[in-house]
Amino acid sequence: MATVAVQVAGGSDGIPLRLKLQRVEHRRTLGAFTLVLPVVLFVLIAFVWPIGRMMFNAIHDDTLLTLMPRTTSALSAWDGKDLPNEGAYAALVEDLKQSWAQKTTGVIAKRINYELPGAGGQLTFSARKVSTVSAGSYKAALIEVNPLWGQHDIWSVLKRGHSAYTGYYLLRSIDYQYGAEGQIVASPPQNAIFRDVFLRTFGISLGVTAATLLLGFPVAYLLATLPARTSNLLMIMVVLPFWTSALVRTAAWGVLLQDHGVINDVLIGLHIISRPAELIFNRVGTVVAMTHIQLPFTLLPIYSVMKTISPSYVRAARSLGAGPFYAFWKVYFPQTLPGVAAGCLLTFILCLGYYITPALVGGPADQMVSYFVAHYTNEDLNWGMASALGAILLAATLLLYYVYNKLVGVDRLKMG
Amino acid sequence: MQSLKMQHHALPVGGGALARQASEPGRASLSDSGDAFVRFSDIQKTYDGEALVVKNLNLDIARGEFLTMLGPSGSGKTTTLMMLAGFEVPTQGNIFLEGRSIQNVPPHKRDIGMVFQNYALFPHMTVEENLAFPLKVRKLAKAEIETKIKCALDLVRLGAHGKRRPGQLSGGQQQRVALARALVFDPKLVLMDEPLGALDKQLREQMQLEIRRIHEDLGVTVVYVTHDQGEALTMSDRIAVFSDGVIQQIAAPAELYERPQNAFVAQFIGENNRLHGKVVAMNGATCKVEIPGAGNVQALVVNVEAVGLPTVLSLRPERVRLNPAPGSLPNVFSAQVAEVIYLGDHVRARISVCGQDDFVIKLPNSEGLVQLEAGAAITIGWTAEDCRALEPS
Repeated sequence: MATVAVQVAGGSDGIPLRLKLQRVEHRRTLGAFTLVLPVVLFVLIAFVWPIGRMMFNAIHDDTLLTLMPRTTSALSAWDGKDLPNEGAYAALVEDLKQSWAQKTTGVIAKRINYELPGAGGQLTFSARKVSTVSAGSYKAALIEVNPLWGQHDIWSVLKRGHSAYTGYYLLRSIDYQYGAEGQIVASPPQNAIFRDVFLRTFGISLGVTAATLLLGFPVAYLLATLPARTSNLLMIMVVLPFWTSALVRTAAWGVLLQDHGVINDVLIGLHIISRPAELIFNRVGTVVAMTHIQLPFTLLPIYSVMKTISPSYVRAARSLGAGPFYAFWKVYFPQTLPGVAAGCLLTFILCLGYYITPALVGGPADQMVSYFVAHYTNEDLNWGMASALGAILLAATLLLYYVYNKLVGVDRLKMG
Repeated sequence: MQSLKMQHHALPVGGGALARQASEPGRASLSDSGDAFVRFSDIQKTYDGEALVVKNLNLDIARGEFLTMLGPSGSGKTTTLMMLAGFEVPTQGNIFLEGRSIQNVPPHKRDIGMVFQNYALFPHMTVEENLAFPLKVRKLAKAEIETKIKCALDLVRLGAHGKRRPGQLSGGQQQRVALARALVFDPKLVLMDEPLGALDKQLREQMQLEIRRIHEDLGVTVVYVTHDQGEALTMSDRIAVFSDGVIQQIAAPAELYERPQNAFVAQFIGENNRLHGKVVAMNGATCKVEIPGAGNVQALVVNVEAVGLPTVLSLRPERVRLNPAPGSLPNVFSAQVAEVIYLGDHVRARISVCGQDDFVIKLPNSEGLVQLEAGAAITIGWTAEDCRALEPS
C-alpha cells in the first residue's frame, strides 16, 4: 500500500511520481534524438524524399493537363461515345496554336506517343498546319488537316489527360493498357514484355540465391567449426572479393568466360570441347557472375548464426543415439535456419535490383527490371515508366520483407 | 558402497577402485578386477602432441556406482569424461564398457546418456520432443514413447511442462529436462559434465539431492564431473580427485576428507593448515616432526618414508582445540589471535603459531559466543591422529 500512496501523492516536494519520471525520460529521449538527428535528416533528404517523389511519378502525369488546358477541360463533359462536339475542336485548335508558339508541341507529342504510337507525329503535323484553320467548322477542318482527329482513341487519350493522375504507367508495367473506350485491356504482344521481365528478374534472383546457399552453407559450416587460426585465413579468402568492386569482378568474369577466354581455351586445350562453349552474354554468365558477387552476402549471416550454435547440441544428439547425419539434419540444421533465411533474403533482395552485371555479361534476354528502369530514365526519358517499374519492384521487396518478418522475425536478422 | 574401501594408492586391490600414478609400474593386479563395469586402461590423451592432458589413467567403475571426478579446471577430468562418451579419442590405451572395448564404437552406439554443462536442450523442440528424440532414433512404438516420456517427466517432477520450449523454462527446470532426457532411453551409463554449474547456490543444493535420489531410485551408474568439492562430497559413492592429468586419490567422501593421501588432496578437499617440517623420529603409526623455530609435533604417518625427509603436516581447522587441559593433548602450542571473523554457525580465527601467521582455526558457535579478540594470547592443541604427515607435493 505504501508504494501506491507514493505514486499518487508524489514525493515530499508534492510533484507526482509519474511527472518526475516523464521529465527524466524526456531529457533522455531528447538526448537520443539529437544523436540520430543528422542521419535521420540525411535519410529523409537523400533517400525518402527522392524515392517518394520518383514513386509519385508512377501515377502522376500532368503533361496534357497543363499543356492542353482548354482541350482537356472541354472534354471533361464528353460522353466518350461519338466524336466530341465543335467546342472541343475549337479548344484543340487554340491549344495547338499555343503549343506551337510556345514550342511545347514535342512534349505533348511524346506523351501521346506513349499511348498511341505514331499519333504524336500526326499531332505535330496538325499543330504546324493549325494556323491555316480559321473560324467556322473546326471539326471538319481539323479532320481534313489530319484524319487522326476523326478517330475516337486520340480523344479518349486527351480526355484522360484531364486528370493529373493516371494508372497508365502501372498498367503498362504489368502488360495492360487503356483501350479506345477507356477500358483496361491487355497490351498488344509487341508491348507486353514486362511480365516476362519481372518473372525473369525473380527467376534469376531465385537461381542465384539457391546457388549461393548451396555453395555458401558448407563453407559457413567449415568456418564456424574450424579452429580460429585456420578459419580466419579462410574468412579472409571469403571476404577478399567483398572488398573489390562488383564492376571489376564482373569485368573479370568477362575475361574468363568469353569465347577465347581462359575457361574456353583450357577446355579446348584439353580436348574436352572442340568449339568454344557459350558462357557469356547469356543466362549462364549472368548467374555465375551474380553468384560470385552475392556469395558473401548469403554466407556471412549463416556463419554468424552458426557461430552461436554450441557444439554440445550435436554432441547431445550423438550421445542420445543419433548418427552424424541425423544429428546434423534434425538438431544442427534447424538452428541455422534464421541465418539461412537472413542470408537468402538479403541476396534475393539485392539480386532483384541487379543492373550492371546482367548488362555486362548477360544477353538481351537476360536483362532484369533495373535495366528497363535505367533505359526509361536515361534514354527514353520516360520517367513515368521508370517510376512504375521501380515502384512494383519496391512493393515486391517490401512484401518479401513482410513475409520474412512474419515467418522468422526481423530481430533474428544478423549480418556478418 | 561399503565394500569400496579406499586402498593405499600404491597397493591396488582387486574388486574395488584403483588409481595409480603414472610413475608406478606394474598392472598385474588389474586383471583381478575383471567384473568392472567401466574400465579405463592405461589411458593417455594429448591434444597438441606435446603435453599430456591425461597421464596413464587406470580407473574401474562398478555397476550402479555414483563416481565423481573432482578437480580444478585443466586437470583432465572433462577430457576423461569426453573419452568415455566417445567425443575424444584416447591417444593411448583402451576403455572397456561391460568388458568390451569401446574404442571403435561411435558415440551414438555407446548407449551412454549425457547431461551437459549448458544443458544442450534442443531449442527448436518442445520438452516432449526433446525427450522423444532418443526414443525416435531407436524407432520405438509411439505408445511406448509416450509412456516413457511421461515416466521421465514425472521422475524429475515436470509433468505439466511437456509442451513448453526450453527457452520458456527456468534454469533449474531446464536442468531437470536435460536429466530426464539423459535417462529416458534407459542408458547403461549416465555422464554428467558439471551439470549444476549454471545454477544458483540454493537450487544447486536442491538439485544435488534430486540427482542423488534419482540415482538411488534407478540404480543407474553415474559418472559425474565437477570442480565443486561440496557437490562431490554430497552426492558421490566415490570421488576421484584429479590434478595435472593424474588421479591423486580415489575414495569415499568421508575417507577422502578424513584421510587425504597427499598434500594436494588435503588442500583441495576442505580447508587445511599446512606446517612444513622434517621427520626426526618414526614410531610405528606416528612420527615426530620438527617444525623449524617452533618445536616438535606428534603426527600420524601417512606417506613419509624415513627419518630426515621433509614433510608437510596437514591439519583441519575444526580439529584444533582452544585452551586444552594441560597434558590432554600431545601437541600444545601458544599462539596469538591475528583476526576473528564471525560466520554465524562458527567463528573463524586467523592466528600466529609455529612461525606461521596464516594458521586458521574454526570454533563452533554452539555454547554462546566464543570469546576471542584480535591480539589475545591463547593456547591451542591437537591430537597426533588429526595431524597427518604427508609427502610434500
